[in-house]
Amino acid sequence: MSERASAFDRSAHQPVPPWRDIRVLQVVAQVVFLIAVVAFSYILIDNLVTGLRASNLAINFGVLTRSFGTKISEGQMDFDPGAATNLTALMAGLRNTLRVVIVGLAGATVLGVFIGIARLSTNFLLRTISVSYIELFRNTPLLVQLYFIYRGMRLALPESLADSYTLPGSIYINRRAINFPLIQGTDSAPIFYAGVALGLGVAVALRFWRSRVQDRTGKPARVLYWSLPALVGFSALGWLLSGDPFQVDYPVLGTFNFSGGDRLSAEYTALTLGLILYTAAFIADIVRAGIQSVPYGQVEAARAQGFSGGQMLRLIILPQALRLIIPPLGNQYLNLAKNSSLGIAIGFFDVYNVANVISNQTGQAVAVFVVMMAIYLAMSLTISAIMNGLNYLMRARSR
Amino acid sequence: MYRLARRLVYAGFSLALVVAFVVSLLPTSPALAQGGSILDEVRQRGVLNCGVNGGVPGFGFLDAESGEWSGFDVDFCRALAAAIFGEVTADNLQFVPLTTQERFTAVQTKQVDVLFRNSTWTLSRDGELGLDFGPTNYYDGQGLMVRADLGATTIEDLDGASICSLTGTTTELNITEAMENRGLTYELVPFEQSSETSAAFQEGRCDVLTSDQSQLAGLRSDSADPGAYVLLDEIISKEPLGPAYLANDSAWADVVDWTVFAVIQAEEFGITQGNIDSFMTTEDPRIARFLGLGDDNPSGSLIGLDNGFVANIIRAVGNYGEIFERNLGPDTPVGLERGLNSLWTNGGLMYSPPWR
Repeated sequence: MSERASAFDRSAHQPVPPWRDIRVLQVVAQVVFLIAVVAFSYILIDNLVTGLRASNLAINFGVLTRSFGTKISEGQMDFDPGAATNLTALMAGLRNTLRVVIVGLAGATVLGVFIGIARLSTNFLLRTISVSYIELFRNTPLLVQLYFIYRGMRLALPESLADSYTLPGSIYINRRAINFPLIQGTDSAPIFYAGVALGLGVAVALRFWRSRVQDRTGKPARVLYWSLPALVGFSALGWLLSGDPFQVDYPVLGTFNFSGGDRLSAEYTALTLGLILYTAAFIADIVRAGIQSVPYGQVEAARAQGFSGGQMLRLIILPQALRLIIPPLGNQYLNLAKNSSLGIAIGFFDVYNVANVISNQTGQAVAVFVVMMAIYLAMSLTISAIMNGLNYLMRARSR
Repeated sequence: MYRLARRLVYAGFSLALVVAFVVSLLPTSPALAQGGSILDEVRQRGVLNCGVNGGVPGFGFLDAESGEWSGFDVDFCRALAAAIFGEVTADNLQFVPLTTQERFTAVQTKQVDVLFRNSTWTLSRDGELGLDFGPTNYYDGQGLMVRADLGATTIEDLDGASICSLTGTTTELNITEAMENRGLTYELVPFEQSSETSAAFQEGRCDVLTSDQSQLAGLRSDSADPGAYVLLDEIISKEPLGPAYLANDSAWADVVDWTVFAVIQAEEFGITQGNIDSFMTTEDPRIARFLGLGDDNPSGSLIGLDNGFVANIIRAVGNYGEIFERNLGPDTPVGLERGLNSLWTNGGLMYSPPWR
């Protein structure tokens, strides 16, 4: 009996040999795999570097500080080709990319949400138009759409600058650009800004006070009735105190182009519009799916409580739908940001176009493309981070 | 235990995959592929890959209906194929249309063996791109084409104009410099494709189209109403265009260079596609040397080619003058004069080293 017990004890305490210990083996397998991956990457990179050096093409990031030498007209009023290095040119290109991406994201979201809701409308016409829109834009290539919009806009708009479509407020639209007056702050503009800021602060404070009054007494809050006069009043005061805070630079037709004022080039307009229309189709479908995921009982309950259609959408359905909408929406945002590089096809000077020029002038394709990838990666990761934060804020909270 | 075994199998499998991949990569890595000349590779392959322009009439143009390649640069590709293989067949010459963006990388990565694609020879390209340039086969200069109704005659008249150009070219650098030096304001609109650039110009996006003069002439000939555009007389840069190939391959460089020299020398001797056969029994020792006639006249054999390679080239494409007249000359839609591209004996710059 005691012998058996001791034998049992011995077997229990006998150390497992390492080649049979699952914990050791797991670690070993992973270490081996890691080494293999590192070795593989090293071989690839070493191969590239050696090969490039052998063809007299050693990777040289120093080309980034060389002179760029090409004019960037797009959206850069003070770009000096004589002074610009390749790096500052890349930054100028990035500014152009961001001009497209930021406006594109906002536009695509608004249009997408609108169409997504219209897609579910009980109105036959509205619903059919939305469905056609989504199917048309989702199922044709973006590059084709961009060409179509760019060439189409060019052929549809007046060729002669003197015949430009003129909108009130000195806005001229022609094949080349939308020219509009540039409003610039004078030296006294900060006084006006301070007035507006003060007005805004008071208005927000009043809004909080009124909602509290409403909560306590049940009297209607009438926020606008209180806040708007405060905002307008303080702003007007700021305007009067500062004298004349703004000067306006109007576009004037010269021999070849409009001078003065500001402009959105045809390339910028076409690219931004194309990205908005294309991405909105995807966003619309995401919004539709999100809304349809909210149980129908919620709608019935809202109706029973006497919510109006708009209130129901704003207060009951969208907050719940957003949780499902945000993650796939983030993907579409990333797509839009990256698709902006297609602008090169229609002559838009974005960061991709600039990188191409540098690569072609210096032959340093690897160095330039590494930098360009880093720029796009940083942009995409920023968008991802923002969307993740939003997702966190919108998560379902249990009480 | 079963899971562990599975894990090990996975790890082993991944490792094997990785190793297999690495091994499969090794022989093709540029570091290890050194030693042989591109000439040997082309011979072994039986096909010459020639990088050309696909959309500039007169230089490199693919006819959409017939599928035929034509153009000045295209004929030099044919000349090179004839020099190497004796004749040009449907199988031994592959044209690779390249954009300005792709062209140099295509040479660096050996996607093409040689580049005949309106590429300007510059110091930085020669030094840094890992390429060498061959003899200039077309002396060009950058010009400006404007709409005739604007009435502009000099660059100074173009203050405030919108200018269309091809992105990533020396053209862009030159026009920027020309406008900045004169203190003029301008808008530069950069396109990736030559066709898109000329469409933008013709449809009124720009007042000015700038490119090499020869290309402007080609694009104007291809437009709906050539009379609506004028070329300014001013030339703002030197653009020597010629073949480019991978650096440090002397054997291949010799073959490409002497193919270009052969068509130039043939014009100087008056040898044409039509009369080449009458020269095969020539008494003139210079022509006999040039054509490699007889055992005591080594010609192509000195650079690793067939001794009769010059005759093969002339039979395939003719001499320099014939190539020029066929693609760019006054009788073609492009309608260019020889100018700087005349033979040196006629006051031009076309000059071949001695064939001895």
